Amino acid sequence: MAAGELMTGAEIVLKALADQGVEHVFGYPGGAVLPIYDEIFQQDKVQHFLVRHEQGATHAAEGYARSTGKCGVVIATSGPGATNCVTGLTDALLDSIPMVVITGQVPTHLIGNDAFQECDTVGITRPCTKHNWLVKDVNDLARILHEAFHVATHGRPGPVVVDVPKDVQFGKGKYVGPKNIEHPTYRPRVKPDQTLIRQAVDLIATAKKPILYTGGGVINAGVTASRLLREFVKMTGMPITSTLMGLGAFPGSGKEWLGMLGMHGTYEANMAMHDCDVMICVGARFDDRITGRLDAFSPGSKKIHIDIDPSSMNKTVAVDIAIAGDAAHGLEDLIRVWKARNAALDKKALAEWWKQIDIWRARDSLKYRSNKDVIMPQYAIQRLYELTKGRDTYITTEVGQHQMWAAQFYKFEEPNRLMTSGGLGTMGYGLPAAVGVQVAHPKALVIDIAGDASVQMTMQEMSTAVQYRLPIKIFILNNHYMGMVRQWQQLLHGNRLSNSYTEALPDFVKLAEAFGGVGIRASRPDELDAKIMQMIDTPHPVIFDCEVMNVANCFPMIPSGKAHNDMILGEEIADEDVGNVIDAKGKQLV
Amino acid sequence: MNSHLTATGSAYFMEARKQAEETHTLAVVVDNQPGVLARVIGLFSGRGYNIDSLTVSETQHERHVSRITIVTTGTKQVLEQIKNQLTRMVPVHSVADLTEQGSTISRELAMVKVSGTGEKRMEALRLADAFRARVIDATTESFIFELTGKPDKIDQFISLMVPLGLIEVARTGVAGISRGAEAMKV
Repeated sequence: MAAGELMTGAEIVLKALADQGVEHVFGYPGGAVLPIYDEIFQQDKVQHFLVRHEQGATHAAEGYARSTGKCGVVIATSGPGATNCVTGLTDALLDSIPMVVITGQVPTHLIGNDAFQECDTVGITRPCTKHNWLVKDVNDLARILHEAFHVATHGRPGPVVVDVPKDVQFGKGKYVGPKNIEHPTYRPRVKPDQTLIRQAVDLIATAKKPILYTGGGVINAGVTASRLLREFVKMTGMPITSTLMGLGAFPGSGKEWLGMLGMHGTYEANMAMHDCDVMICVGARFDDRITGRLDAFSPGSKKIHIDIDPSSMNKTVAVDIAIAGDAAHGLEDLIRVWKARNAALDKKALAEWWKQIDIWRARDSLKYRSNKDVIMPQYAIQRLYELTKGRDTYITTEVGQHQMWAAQFYKFEEPNRLMTSGGLGTMGYGLPAAVGVQVAHPKALVIDIAGDASVQMTMQEMSTAVQYRLPIKIFILNNHYMGMVRQWQQLLHGNRLSNSYTEALPDFVKLAEAFGGVGIRASRPDELDAKIMQMIDTPHPVIFDCEVMNVANCFPMIPSGKAHNDMILGEEIADEDVGNVIDAKGKQLV
Repeated sequence: MNSHLTATGSAYFMEARKQAEETHTLAVVVDNQPGVLARVIGLFSGRGYNIDSLTVSETQHERHVSRITIVTTGTKQVLEQIKNQLTRMVPVHSVADLTEQGSTISRELAMVKVSGTGEKRMEALRLADAFRARVIDATTESFIFELTGKPDKIDQFISLMVPLGLIEVARTGVAGISRGAEAMKV
């Protein structure tokens, strides 16, 4: 196409995607995006994956983005196409996943007329996006699309929506390339203030009981950030824990690794957080599932917080040194100043601290009662880990008990290997996310660790996997319950299991076959390994129905209204006592 | 351990507000693009912040830049959150806390319609003069006064007009600017 030649809006969309380096998009056609789909048909730079529901497209884009570090892209039609994206947009906003969603809109002159498949897309998505745009002039389209990618991927990543009316897709306008996008207003601070870095190093050097508490920000800052984090831990010898979103930034098999912290974190991680004297938080945001009771959260510590988003600072927990900046730059600067000063932690104090941590570790808080006849869900994850750990494996999860067991028992060695819905807690995230991950990594082993309830929320995406020959493995810990809901009902609502039992589950093996995939069932511990191997060796999409102990609960747990040093450990409660663990006042407040 | 013996509270920790609340005036410079006001207001309603007053108008026509003046009440921590949340919005150029900067001038304009005859009418006119309000419309039975000043001055004028036949009030909300030679950076 010659310079200065006019292009249609639909052509501009595809050209902009190609110029942004987009290779894969997830979407679903409809009346208001037909011109764009017509362009998709006539080009081969951008490959489109047809989902079965727009929510599936958004989660697939999230899985794609989180496993690659690139931006996920979704195309959906107006009205229901756009509203179906809302869950995925909110999920991506809370977990800081870069995503560009392009929606069709009714023609400009019909906007506001309650036209067929019209909704106020920018109005509806305003609170669940980092930013959104309604394009009213085709000459603004290219600039806005490039700006959208810029906003989604810079600073704290997040989802954006570009709403394109149908007449704008048909109209002809000028295309501008993506270069030299310097946003007039959006310029997040990436490089930290060096004075604050020096203060942080001063404080860390005085620590006798330090701890690193890291989160998804380290993953989002790229592989470099994880490498720097490892270097920093090695250099100082301090213990490290992480949120769900941060798993993999530090190797799960590392000796300084305490396991995940928070509501279902390990005893040693939570106790160390409670008793530490200097806490270094990098790329995490003191979420309520992490802190537990706020007034008893790590009461004796000085806190350093490095985060790209100043609005995460001093939001729930007041910190002593708040450093705005990217996790990679923050860690790099800490390491540089630490080395330049020849700084070191007090060796004797650190040895004492580790001695204390080892005592906590010896409690073995993830212990569970093993069973010869029934598969324990924890055991299933352990076996899955042992049989897949040497491979190029990516794990996604749904939301609930299985998600926490995956976080506790699957050891992540590298960043970008765990895709899970942390902030929003979206049941149904894992299956479509696995689709997205497999698109990005066609040769890898992609496993969705699922629950029988969650997986049914987006089960139709199995059809997408079959269509594109994406050999995802859906590993369902099937206990016939919404396990985490039931666990809370047992703990907090007098064991009245209101609507948390699924009385009519599908036969997952037959369901897999009906979709054109492969179904495998395991019900006894002694057949589990062979069945998992069969799943790994199957070059097709698999639904694995792992029938597990249906009343198992997820421990340890910081119950409602408790602090980090006040956890329930699994070994301490018999099943019949489970309803008495939290008192009446605590129950009211959850 | 043994958590079942004592305890209160929640996983959603509910803190009794201990900190004192303060009222601050914020100046927010934004791109005047569609939806920007909805975005700012949505932030306040979505996150449960208070808006005592909000005014907006384009202040630099050639650059399509608007200035929003927001009067809001909250604890120090909440006010800090509000500023950070506003700053990270994409179309926001800058946020200034005029109250924190110290010496600030706040003004509001009101149009006050008073209806009546006889002595009450005369009294309304006399009070308007004392408040330096201007008569901008008059009939034999009514006046419309225009009054500019701090919000509490306007409040006071309105309350005095109530017994004298006040029937309608239109107020602009507060606009604020800081004193001195320095300009707010945009």
